[in-house]
Amino acid sequence: MKGLPLSPTRGRGLIIGVPWFWLGLFFLLPFLFVLKISLSEPVLAQPPYLDLIREVEDGLVSISLNFGNYLLLWEDPLYRSALFGSLKISAISTLFCLLLGYPMAYAIARAPSHWRLPLLMLIILPFWTSFLIRVYAWIGILKGNGLLNNFLIWSGLIDQPLEILHTPLAVYIGIVYSYLPFVVLPLYATLVRLDLTLLEAAADLGCRPWKQFLTITLPLSLPGVIAGGMLVFIPVVGEFVIPDLLGGPDTLMIGKLMWTEFFSNKDWPLASSLAAVLLVVLIIPFVALRHFEQREETI
Amino acid sequence: MRRRFPLLMTALLFGYAFLYGPILSLIVYSFNESRLVTVWAGFSTKWYGELLQNQQLLDAAWLSIKVAATTACGAVVLGTLAALALVRFRRFRGRGTLQVMVTAPLVMPEVIIGLSLLLLFVAMQDSIGWPDGRGQLTITLAHTTFAMAYVTVIVQSRLAHMDQSLEEAALDLGARPLKVFFTITLPLIAPALAAGWLLAFTLSLDDLVVASFVSGPGATTLPMVVYSSVRLGVSPEINALATIIVLFVSLAVAIAGVLLYRQEKRALREQNQG
Repeated sequence: MKGLPLSPTRGRGLIIGVPWFWLGLFFLLPFLFVLKISLSEPVLAQPPYLDLIREVEDGLVSISLNFGNYLLLWEDPLYRSALFGSLKISAISTLFCLLLGYPMAYAIARAPSHWRLPLLMLIILPFWTSFLIRVYAWIGILKGNGLLNNFLIWSGLIDQPLEILHTPLAVYIGIVYSYLPFVVLPLYATLVRLDLTLLEAAADLGCRPWKQFLTITLPLSLPGVIAGGMLVFIPVVGEFVIPDLLGGPDTLMIGKLMWTEFFSNKDWPLASSLAAVLLVVLIIPFVALRHFEQREETI
Repeated sequence: MRRRFPLLMTALLFGYAFLYGPILSLIVYSFNESRLVTVWAGFSTKWYGELLQNQQLLDAAWLSIKVAATTACGAVVLGTLAALALVRFRRFRGRGTLQVMVTAPLVMPEVIIGLSLLLLFVAMQDSIGWPDGRGQLTITLAHTTFAMAYVTVIVQSRLAHMDQSLEEAALDLGARPLKVFFTITLPLIAPALAAGWLLAFTLSLDDLVVASFVSGPGATTLPMVVYSSVRLGVSPEINALATIIVLFVSLAVAIAGVLLYRQEKRALREQNQG
């Protein structure tokens, strides 16, 4: 135990126990309640659901499980298309984040070393300013008489303003804009550690730059691609603010639907079952992310 | 690089323009005379004046700052403990679960975190009577939970790259573990703690979704006010508020950057002397 600053078992127990207890109570346990409420029936009451376990008479307890919410999610095409719509929007915007973020990360990793930190800081800085306000900025740019349309009309490229706000395109722009730093950072981390002698050897042997990239750089940076991609893909599937502010009524996303069920329709059980489904869907990409992070740790 | 990869330079410049253009447009139009945000009608600072008259917004900002400051302190304590546990204790029961519990909040959609915590708070109030009602306390608890995950990641990487020989030397010389922690470990990881505090603060200040779920009547945070006003359309007042936030954050990051730079230079000098 030499070298541990708080090696006595009591200290060790506290260091492990306190954060474990906190996260267990406020992060893990709540999922059980999501599962429980998703199986209950909605009622007009406060809180608006029937408890699963009810005392019918003295000592006699009834447990009723209601799978109706899940059945509804399965049968109503609205929810199915919202789920698949979210997955599609999330996948496409992850791809665009990677397409834009990869060259940026590559350029920073190959920049002179005293330039790298300031360039990285410039990537992170927008992440520190308000997310809500950065999404809001795009309303002013994309709307009918917004900056982009004004500019395009002024420059004579178009006569009629383009309709971009409240379309899927606006949602894609908003997502790529907000989540770009999340792909640049892990990509930079893998690209900066790339062994340049491999590329030199390939070049000496007559390998063309494009082939060098495809056969050496890209495969070696794959962990960064997956980590960055998952850091965008997972949260975007449940995104609410961007589709709500930039999307139109036809932009169906599951996070927005959950918000509506909860706040407008006050249907807590249905919102809970949507959350449970979303959670199950996201487990696979999350496991992939963990897998690659663990590999990073061992390297 | 410039000679060999003109394409890369273009991508980098385009990327930065994409990241900063919208923020710049917000700042420019916050000084616009006209209420129509996108039509320029001359320079004016009147929206900043109106911002200071908006009592609802000021109250919300004050509540948000209180929540963010408490959250940041709580998240730094809990996040540091979690990072210590994960870096210093290689084997213990529940290590895997702890690792997952500090990674998951980073990517978990906010709607799930918000809803699940609300259901927990409702159930807890029903069964043990605490927390009594929802408001500042429940928002702070919820924010601390997801902010501590970010702090853990930052402190974890600092601890992993830290030279442990100083601690070992102090322990060998008979210093008590707690004293070693406060006189050696803590000063060495202080920059990470400062960065974690600032990040937790801004994350809490910025959160709309989780706060909307776990808040109750009477507790309205700044993002909630901004959101309801943004839903009605663009308003120059929000532009003015955005400009203030951007300036504030840039200043904080610049100060943090200078501090880190100085510390690194000093460490380098000491290394060269020794």
